[in-house]
Order: sequence, then structure tokens, then C-alpha cells
Amino acid sequence: MNRVEHASRSSRIGIALLAVAFLVLASAPSWSDRQTLRLLAEMFTFIALASLWNLLAGYAGLVSVGQQAFVGFGGYLLFAAVIVFDIHPIAAILIAGPAAAIIAIPVAALIFRLRGAYFAIGTWVVAEVFRLLASQISILGGGSGISLPAAAVIAMAPTRQMREFEIYWLALGLTVLVLAAIVVLLRSRHGLALTAIRDNEIAAQSNGIDVARIKLIVYVLTAFGTAMIGALIFLQKLRISPDTAFSVNDWTAFVIFITVIGGIGRVEGPIIGTIVFFVLRQTLADLGSIYLLMMGAVAIVVMLWAPKGLWGLATEHFGWQALPLQRQLVLKEETGGKR
Amino acid sequence: MQWVNVILQGVLIGGLYAMFAAGLSLIFGVMRLVNIAHGDLIVLAAYISLLVTQALGIDPLTSLLLVVPIMALIGYALQRGLLNQTIGDDLLPPLLVTFGLSIIIQNGLLELFTADSRKLQAGAIEVHTFQLLQGVWVGTLPLVQFVIAVAVVAGLQLLFYRTALGRAFRATSDDQAVAQLMGLDTRHVFAMAMALSLAVVAIAGVFLAVRANFDPAIGPARLIFGFEAVIIGGLGSMWGTLAGGIILGVSQAIGAQIDPGWQLLAGHIVFLLILALRPQGLFPKVSG
Repeated sequence: MNRVEHASRSSRIGIALLAVAFLVLASAPSWSDRQTLRLLAEMFTFIALASLWNLLAGYAGLVSVGQQAFVGFGGYLLFAAVIVFDIHPIAAILIAGPAAAIIAIPVAALIFRLRGAYFAIGTWVVAEVFRLLASQISILGGGSGISLPAAAVIAMAPTRQMREFEIYWLALGLTVLVLAAIVVLLRSRHGLALTAIRDNEIAAQSNGIDVARIKLIVYVLTAFGTAMIGALIFLQKLRISPDTAFSVNDWTAFVIFITVIGGIGRVEGPIIGTIVFFVLRQTLADLGSIYLLMMGAVAIVVMLWAPKGLWGLATEHFGWQALPLQRQLVLKEETGGKR
Repeated sequence: MQWVNVILQGVLIGGLYAMFAAGLSLIFGVMRLVNIAHGDLIVLAAYISLLVTQALGIDPLTSLLLVVPIMALIGYALQRGLLNQTIGDDLLPPLLVTFGLSIIIQNGLLELFTADSRKLQAGAIEVHTFQLLQGVWVGTLPLVQFVIAVAVVAGLQLLFYRTALGRAFRATSDDQAVAQLMGLDTRHVFAMAMALSLAVVAIAGVFLAVRANFDPAIGPARLIFGFEAVIIGGLGSMWGTLAGGIILGVSQAIGAQIDPGWQLLAGHIVFLLILALRPQGLFPKVSG
């Protein structure tokens, strides 16, 4: 039988390197200080958010500038679950995913009526509605926000250090889970359809792919993951307000810049982008708004002159793929069918 | 009488929203470009007017004589220098480039003018009101703003259907390739559309800044108001855009009257309702 091969030599090296990186990162609490740990956990959440946005915009062609709706939704759900219903924070993170997926279905029914670029602004309106509604909930602090009660924080772990380790591993675990889910999705039948949509939507449709259905699935799954990460982010911060939870700068602008610079439409892109973004942030953060201005300019330059981003340049020049995602037909008659 | 007042104020502010929307609708119509930086360009126009009024000691409405051509030039240069390179079949480049532009304008203004809120002073006209009916008062400035909004929409409509430039806009909108074959320089046509869009933005920005406080961060909300007015009114129709702006203004005014926290929410809800019930908008362009 002929079969389809996903892996290539570079992807085997890539997987090995990622496995080593995972082990090193998982043991970070034993070798790194608190500040580094926090920075790493923040990076993980951005890798996850950017990977999810990449799936949405880079593969399904749904360019959303309103994913902060689901980050904030997850955050507020965590606070509501803990404060109103006395649920354990980690359980609340697990609830945030399905809850957001349920909310995403009627939202999609509305905004999918908008085409292309107008869809983008439609998602933003939805995020604004979420923000305004959140500021009406007086039990969660209304417009000025609220802190997570100390009792719930202490219930997570007896010492501050243990709690920080716990949140770190949670961030690492959740991000690996999100990445693994995306890789599994892309290797599935739906993934082949998604890649086809990415490359040419009309051609995909004419080959019998139900484009609208695939897009809905991706939108709902992305909301699921984004809300879980959102809940985790606000568990790290221990405080939430409508303006931070639904911030278009933090949860959309940064995420888009990361994905564009790293390489949109490639799974590896957001990881590379996050590393570049944080290196720049750590070195240029003192510049304040000039730093943001430069990020905007870099994103424009990349979009115009290297639209596939840094990872796109690497794959074009060296044929690299860090994850086993390509499909190569291996014919049985040929023994040397593999590259 | 109180409700008549509320609705009247809503209608008048709706004129401003229609001006936010007209520029957005114009460039979408001609080149299918959605300019995410549209709201920030409105705020940029307000700051340019602030500089002009301070430097020359003239009042904001007179400053329009300078701000409108300045913004039009910026629009032409922006389109020729940057945005023309993003126009194509792919949706992503124009969206992401204008999104980057929005961040650049916001942070550039923040760096130059700080986050303090500013306001343009227009003098006595700002507080002048007159009685329209028994118990119904109208501010002169909001009325002037509304009349100008109607004039802008009427002017754009005339320009689209009665001038050579309008014909070029419509031809490019219908089929870019054929328009090019007929000898139109589409890069120039696009740049003219953006110049015109930013000329309208200049008027909207100055009226926004005379009406209320502004700071570098308020752009995105103006983009959203303009966008909602376009969708409520129906894509491709200038008069629909005016109606959309008015409906949005009235909804917000009624929402604010019920509860101040509901002003913006009421506008968004009406927008979402229209999207659910009549996604083509209330007054879509008749096909053909």
C-alpha cells in the first residue's frame, strides 16, 4: 500500500529538540529564579494565544481582531466561578473552555454574516459588547474590577512558592496541550481541508470541502482554547478589570505582531514570534510607547516584504519543518521514496 | 418633550457618525479596503487642528481650510506610498498593515501630545442654543455639524454620479482590471479615493474635537461607530450611511437616557440586531 508520510528528517530533529526543550522548561522551577519563571509563564500564554490566532487567521482565513472577547470571557468566568460559586480556580479554568465554546456558537452565527475585513471589525464589536457587559456586573467589581479573594488563592497551595510553581506548570502544560491539539487537528482530515482553505479558499470549496462548516469548527475550538488561556492569565495576575481583560492591545495587537513576525500560516511561526517579541520587549521596554510604535512598523515591514515571516524565510531557504505536518506520498514500489 | 429632546440630540450626533462612516464606506466601495486606522486618523485630524488653531490663533471651524487639504495630502501619500502595495486578492496584508498603522498613530500621538485629554475651543457658538419648539432646545453647533454632514453625504453622492472622478471610482470598483485596460491609472484612482476619505475624516475629526474631549486612545471606538453606521445603513449606499449614523446616534441617546452605562451598549445591540435580522443593512444599494 502507498502511504502518506508526515515526518521529514528536519521534523524528527525538530521534535527531538522540542522534547528536550520541554524537559528543560518543565524542570525550570528547580533551576530558575522567580522572575524568570514568571516571564517564561507569560511567554507560554502568548505562544498559546498566538498559535490559536494563527489557526483562526492563518489557516481558516478568519482574521479576527476581537479575540480579547474570549480572553476576557475566560478571565471573568474564572473570577465569577471562584467568587460567586466557590469553585477551585483550576476547575474554573477547565470550565472556561467549554463555556466559551457554547458562547462562540451564537456569536459566530451573527458575525459570520460579515465578509472578510468587515468580519474583523465585527469581532471587535463583539469584544466591546463583552467589555461593556462585564463592567455592568457589580458583584465582580463593575467598571473598576476586582481581586481574587485571598482564601481562594491560599486554597490553591499553602505557600506562595508552591502556588507559583503550580501556575508555571499549568501554563506550560496548557500551552503544550494547545500546540498538540493544533498539530493533531492539522494532521487530521480536517487539517488537510484547512491547509487547502489556507492556500486557496475557492479551490478548496470546489473540491467539495464544506468551507463554512470547517470555519465554524475552527472558530469554536479557538474560542475554547483562548478562554482557557485567558482564565490562566488572570489567575497569574490575581486581579481583573474590564479594561485589562478586554484589552485590544494586549490580547490582539501583540498576538498579531507575534504571529506576523514569526510566520503566519505556519505552526512554528508563533513560537519563533513570541521569542523575538519577548527579546525585543526585555531590551526595549524602557522606551514605552516608542517600543509599540516600532513593533507596529516592524509588523508592517514584515507583512509587505516577508509576508511568511521569519519561519517562512527559514522554510523557503532550508526546507525546514519543526513539526511533522507535511504530507508526502510514499510509494511502495520505490524504496527511496523518502526525501 | 424630554424624549423629543433625546431623540433630536441623537439625530444630530448621528450626523457626526455618518461622517465617520462616509470615509470608510468610500474606500471600501472603491478598493475593498477596510482601514482599521480610520478612527486613529480622525483623532490625528483633531490634533492637527489643535496645532493649527494654536499656531495661527484661528477658530477650529476656520482651521478646516487647512486641515482638510493636509489630511487629503496625507491620504494620497499614504495610499501611494504604502497601502497600494497591499491591495490584492489576499485579505490579510491590508488588514494587518492598517492595524499596524493604527498602533503607530496612537503611540505616535501619545509620544507627542501625552495621554492628557484635549478639546478645541470654538467660542460662543459652542454654547449657543435656540428654541425649536415649546420646550425643545437645539444647540447651534450640533445643528451646523448635522447640516455639514448632510452636505458631505450629498457632495459625495454628486461626486460619485456626476463627475469624471466619480466615474473612475465606479469603474474601478466594478472591475479593476477592465478599468486599467480603459486607461485608468488605478494607483492614482485609489490614492484619490483615500485623499477624499481623509478629507471627510478631517471634517469629522474637527467636529469631534469641538464637541467633546479627545485623547490619543479614542480612535478605535470612532472606527467602530463608523463601521456600525455603514453596516446598519447597508453597504454601498451613501444615504444609507447617513441613516445608519442617525439610527446609531438615536439608539445611543435613548440608551443613555435609560442608564448612562447603557449608552454604548444600546448602540452595539441595535447594530447586532440589524445584523441578525437584516444582514444586508436597511438601505442596501440596488444591484446594477
